Amino acid sequence: MYLEIPKKFTPIVHQARQVAREVFRPISRKYDRAEHAYPKELDMFSSIMDGMNDGAPDGGAGAGKLARSGSGNGAAGNRNGTNMKTVLGLTELCWGDVGLALSIPRQGLGNSAIAAVANEEQLARLGNTWAAMAITEPGTGSDTAAIRTTATEDGDHYVINGEKIYVTAGERANAVVVWASLDRNKGRAAIKSFVVEKGTPGMTVERLEKKLGIRASDTAAIRFENCRVPKDNLLGDPEVSVDKGFAGAMQTFDNTRPVVAGMAIGVARAALERTREIIEQTGVDLGYHTQTWTQPAVSRELQLLEAELEAARLLTLRAAWMADNGQPNSREASMAKAKAGRVGNTVTLRCVELCGSLGYGETELLEKWARDSKILDIFEGTQQIQLLIIARRLLGKSSAELK
Amino acid sequence: MTRDPIGIALSMMNRLAANPLLDRLGLRTTTERTAYHGTRIGFRTLALAGQEFNRVANWLPKKRLPGRPASELFDLTLDEDQQMIVDSLHRLSRDTLRPGAAEADEAGAMPAAVFEATAALGLTLYAVPTEFGGVAEAQSPVTSVLIAEQLGWGDMGLAIALLAPFSVAQAITRWGTGEQQSRYLPAFCEAEPPVATIAVDEPQALFDPLELTTRADITPSGYRLNGQKNAVILGAASDILLVAASLHGQPRLFIVEAATTGLACQPDPTMGLRAAQPATLTLTNVDVSADALLGDDDFDYQAFLDMGALLRCGLAIGTSQAVLDYVIPFCNDRQAFGEPISHRQSVAFMISNLAIETDSMRMLTWRAASRAETGQAFHREACLAKLLCNEKAMEVGTNGVQLLGGHGFVKEHPVERWYRDLRSVATHIGGVHA
Repeated sequence: MYLEIPKKFTPIVHQARQVAREVFRPISRKYDRAEHAYPKELDMFSSIMDGMNDGAPDGGAGAGKLARSGSGNGAAGNRNGTNMKTVLGLTELCWGDVGLALSIPRQGLGNSAIAAVANEEQLARLGNTWAAMAITEPGTGSDTAAIRTTATEDGDHYVINGEKIYVTAGERANAVVVWASLDRNKGRAAIKSFVVEKGTPGMTVERLEKKLGIRASDTAAIRFENCRVPKDNLLGDPEVSVDKGFAGAMQTFDNTRPVVAGMAIGVARAALERTREIIEQTGVDLGYHTQTWTQPAVSRELQLLEAELEAARLLTLRAAWMADNGQPNSREASMAKAKAGRVGNTVTLRCVELCGSLGYGETELLEKWARDSKILDIFEGTQQIQLLIIARRLLGKSSAELK
Repeated sequence: MTRDPIGIALSMMNRLAANPLLDRLGLRTTTERTAYHGTRIGFRTLALAGQEFNRVANWLPKKRLPGRPASELFDLTLDEDQQMIVDSLHRLSRDTLRPGAAEADEAGAMPAAVFEATAALGLTLYAVPTEFGGVAEAQSPVTSVLIAEQLGWGDMGLAIALLAPFSVAQAITRWGTGEQQSRYLPAFCEAEPPVATIAVDEPQALFDPLELTTRADITPSGYRLNGQKNAVILGAASDILLVAASLHGQPRLFIVEAATTGLACQPDPTMGLRAAQPATLTLTNVDVSADALLGDDDFDYQAFLDMGALLRCGLAIGTSQAVLDYVIPFCNDRQAFGEPISHRQSVAFMISNLAIETDSMRMLTWRAASRAETGQAFHREACLAKLLCNEKAMEVGTNGVQLLGGHGFVKEHPVERWYRDLRSVATHIGGVHA
């Protein structure tokens, strides 16, 4: 048993931290204020990141690399692979800036979906596309099985009709992975994902949302009107199978949830570190003691936040480690996401409070982090959806029983 | 508060109610059962009452167990030995500790059956180096935590009673001089090992183990101890006590044998952990020899406290896991409004959170223990793990009772006992050492 970050990941953690500190932090406030302005600084950086990944002997890290490991490559013994590496990398990048991390080209959640369900031909063709993910609709959030967007077969094309909202990087990405139903009478089994490339006639970005946080990341509303995509762009198996159709699509989340948990840990760690620096300047003793009740209230609170954050971090590493080792991790991935989502939010909000009006002001980034963290307890499955998934697993209940 | 006439009247009524005449005249309708403190039940026949541990003429040099090499990779798998220990202790907890727990709690004693079953395991052997007759070849705080988890799953009161002698053996192995190790450790490897405990806590709000009121003063022949300790696990039954006392303003530990003059022990039952027979220990001019001071230059009191925190976290995790494992079938079986209550999100989400927080405690504790085991700094990690357990263990305990509703409040189910036991996680320091 050993719960430290393996030494072999020191370089990637270090690189990501450099990027966070030298690229993201200096422009963090700028793109928080200039919502919807494209962060040009990221283009150069993303090609550096591509280079890093392509050159990595063990397959690199990132959204497009998830889930290919852990699918049972037969290697015996313990593995620390791309899932853990991606979690670690994103944690560091989000220590820099969550919105900017979400805007890195070719690191979209759509890339994870492609990696998870695409066949070999699609992987070769689409693997290097920057793909956003379009699931949510105006009338459907967490209840993904109820989506209304349809894909109708027509010759060698599918015709997509519907409206998608909250598409992260929806305007900037080169393609969007759209969830649509082949037959709305067949329920969730008929829901498939389709790659729609940018510029396809019938696909319109209607607007970009103005948001509480992660303003550097564009969040698009996209309308599909008789949008024709080639049949080859349906990811995975076109067969409507009651057994596995929807489950396959949902599996993407088992691998992306620990990554989003890692993002929450990154932003929370940023807030906690900065708060400790600020509080230390007041001369308060922040040492770790056995008796905590005689410490100043702020010391005990900071340590409790640190303990919660460490717990979230280790639960997240566990989920990623399980994925790397081919173990089913649906429950653990949701535990990590639930814990990290709420802890990330609590930590960043409390840090603003502990620093008082200084924390609330825009001279510090604390207030920004407190705004950014909220989305991490919402997207990739809200806190409540995670608790539902965990409970169903623990109690052995179906979604019909435990609604 | 001054007494007013109503207060005086009530006080008189109270004294009347306690009057034995009422009983003699048969005026009571029911007889309340007298609580008794079975201090030595289970141990009486086995303990080496009043045993003296003679100085050893040819003592072995001080032995320090090596740490383990740090792994190259993050790894949550248990090794073969750990898995074997976990499996066998889980069976023991399921078959012996759990069934005996209610009776032990009620009697405030360890049932002889439990004692015998656990004695056969030779728990203390795992704490003692091979040179002194044990089986320990390396420091293994991770294994200690896993042991505490499994025993704590069975019953925290019994677990802490079983772990107190183990902890003393651990502490002497970790900190003792060659003379102290040669003198005491072989006894822990015998068929009937001594009963032993660690006395740190003092009866004082906001007690800080770094600011002890129990004092040690230097005498020509050694040290003289004065002070009071409470919440001492197996206090009256122990043959050997490790007593924390302040020497020149620095906290240290002293090995005190039960027969030493000036040592008085009073049963002092608590909210929970009743099977562990907590006692208050009063030390009045207790004279011990110079070699009673545990350890020498490499003694680190904070590390000693941190090792204690790890084992207590292990107990907290085990009992929390017991709560989780109990409420799942209960809430699946319990019907309300025509369906199992587990079909309600308000119930189901509480259970999800029990699982999340139990695993949170576990991950933090495992990490601290694994750092300790591989020779890395672990003070911060132990403090964070303990702080989280202080908060979450009680949350698990109270929600466990809540999920059973009225059933949780009565002794028909074990959750009320776990509730009482889990309160101690944040309040106690002594008794344990990983």
